[in-house]
Amino acid sequence: MKYEPPGRPGSPVDVAPRYENFIGGKWQAPSTGQYSVNLCPATAKPVCEVPKSGAEDIELALDAAHAAKDAWGEASTAQRAAVLNKVADAIDAHREELAVAESWDNGKPVRETLAADIPLAADHFRYFASAIRAEESEITEIEKDLIAYHFHEPLGVVGQIIPFNFPLLMAAWKLAPALAAGNSSVLKPASPTPWSILKLMEAVGDILPPGAVNVVNGPGAEIGKALATNKRIAKVAFTGETTTGRLIMQYASQNIIPVTLELGGKSPNIFFNDVAAKDDDFLNKAVEGLVLYAFNKGEVCTCPSRALIQEDIYEEFMGRCLDRIRAIKQGDPLDTATMIGPQVSKQQIEKIASYVEIGLKEGAELLAGGHRPAVGGEFADGYFYEPTVLKGHNKMRVFQEEIFGPVLAVTTFKDEAEALEIANDTLYGLGAGVWSRDGALAYRMGRAIKAGRVWTNCYHQYPAGAAFGGYKVSGIGRETHKMMLEHYSQTKNLLVSYGTKPLGLF
Amino acid sequence: MSEKVEYGTAGRVTATRAARRAIAALCAAQGGPVMFVQSGGCCDGSDPMCFPGGEFVLGDGDMLVGVVDGCTFHMDAEQYEALGRPFYLLDVEEGTPGGFSLAAGDGLHFVTRVEPPRNKTS
Repeated sequence: MKYEPPGRPGSPVDVAPRYENFIGGKWQAPSTGQYSVNLCPATAKPVCEVPKSGAEDIELALDAAHAAKDAWGEASTAQRAAVLNKVADAIDAHREELAVAESWDNGKPVRETLAADIPLAADHFRYFASAIRAEESEITEIEKDLIAYHFHEPLGVVGQIIPFNFPLLMAAWKLAPALAAGNSSVLKPASPTPWSILKLMEAVGDILPPGAVNVVNGPGAEIGKALATNKRIAKVAFTGETTTGRLIMQYASQNIIPVTLELGGKSPNIFFNDVAAKDDDFLNKAVEGLVLYAFNKGEVCTCPSRALIQEDIYEEFMGRCLDRIRAIKQGDPLDTATMIGPQVSKQQIEKIASYVEIGLKEGAELLAGGHRPAVGGEFADGYFYEPTVLKGHNKMRVFQEEIFGPVLAVTTFKDEAEALEIANDTLYGLGAGVWSRDGALAYRMGRAIKAGRVWTNCYHQYPAGAAFGGYKVSGIGRETHKMMLEHYSQTKNLLVSYGTKPLGLF
Repeated sequence: MSEKVEYGTAGRVTATRAARRAIAALCAAQGGPVMFVQSGGCCDGSDPMCFPGGEFVLGDGDMLVGVVDGCTFHMDAEQYEALGRPFYLLDVEEGTPGGFSLAAGDGLHFVTRVEPPRNKTS
């Protein structure tokens, strides 16, 4: 089926001409009085206007967050969990609306937002509602009558800066643990995708205590910096590229506050020859596993953008994969049959095109795609790029730099040792995939690959409960797991003596 | 926006006229030079980030790739090696700057284009 675009008759989504910041539970105009136009990547036409806020708006949001933090932090875990569960219920109740808004704001196909982004976002709030209820403080009997109590306390107000590739899911990944642990948040959406989060706040804003979540849109150089350098935040969480990640650590070091960073990757997806030992469901699954590089048009930090295929099955296996890639349906992101939508912005397609050109100049062989497709009608100006495959070797730039588009770099390997060497020959260490019918081989590879998440005989699954985060320059900290609560908590130790005798030193 | 100008640049970075005009405007507005840091990874990974001069603290692992009109251009040395010691052409395009980068004018951002190596010694 096809959904009507937001704002048109029959669409599940209403669009106001102009949106404001969400601060202290209210919609507030930016202090700058300025707005920017938010474009739809599928049509290159305006969706709405969003605030072009300044540093003063960050201060207003921090005022609201600080006003909210004590009551929220002191609320019982049962009360906080109840709020998170209501947020999840509201996301479920607005599933189609949010899925269509997310698709229109970002360009990702609605089949993905309906099946993954929105249900996962709801589940994330439920997971952390459960996790915070089950969390216990620890007590240690250091010696007889000397007891160490360890309490988890909220940090207070946290700053969260999220990327454009999964606007709602990344908001959920950041907000759910922060709120569960009793913090309030000031959240800055990515500039290309400012709107779907505002639709989320329309849906859940009344459920949250005013000021617990504040959303401010605007340029990173103004408000991102104002947030990350601010002395009134107790922690900053960021997903994005390495330079901003380093800058955020630099600012955090000046305020001596913790950071969590998730910074991208160039993930290897490794196919051993036994995947082709039988023509069965597993082989079919492995072929799909390679083609998942086109998931979310390749705009995924863990995009399996390097395929490593054992050389003796390369022709047969890659042939099957290319057949599947050629069958990818590209176009209207609001058509549930569409598998790949437009890239998020014009600059992304220009970047992708330049990388493909770089790859070809370096001598890579073009196996599929390599062009902007002709998608007609109202999508003629959309930011589409064909699913592309380049064959080459791991020293090429297209194998080393994250392209953030539907561009697969494929190469071959002889044996396990060479597969491992190629897999680890990267600056990044976020994700990896290993495909084999031999469990021992898959286990050895999984343990030896220097990456935070090694999908084994699967890829691109993001369930709450499995820790996600990077090795090497891919970041610090782990999300989507209850250990994230530690990243959003202080430890309070009470060391209590129940004895009555003095030490006898003085 | 892609006429190449090598005059006034040093090292492995050159800039188009549009980029140099944007740099001149930024320097005037900032009252001093700006600096560029080539980023890597994730959403805005390939963008050259532009900051007020000295904003980004450089470490021993960073290298000076070049200088454009008095503004330094840096990147992580391991990234530089992994990318095959590229030459960069700094240009300006429509679009929002990534991360905390300064814009290259209203609605514009800096981009880097890679030039083929000038010799085979790398």
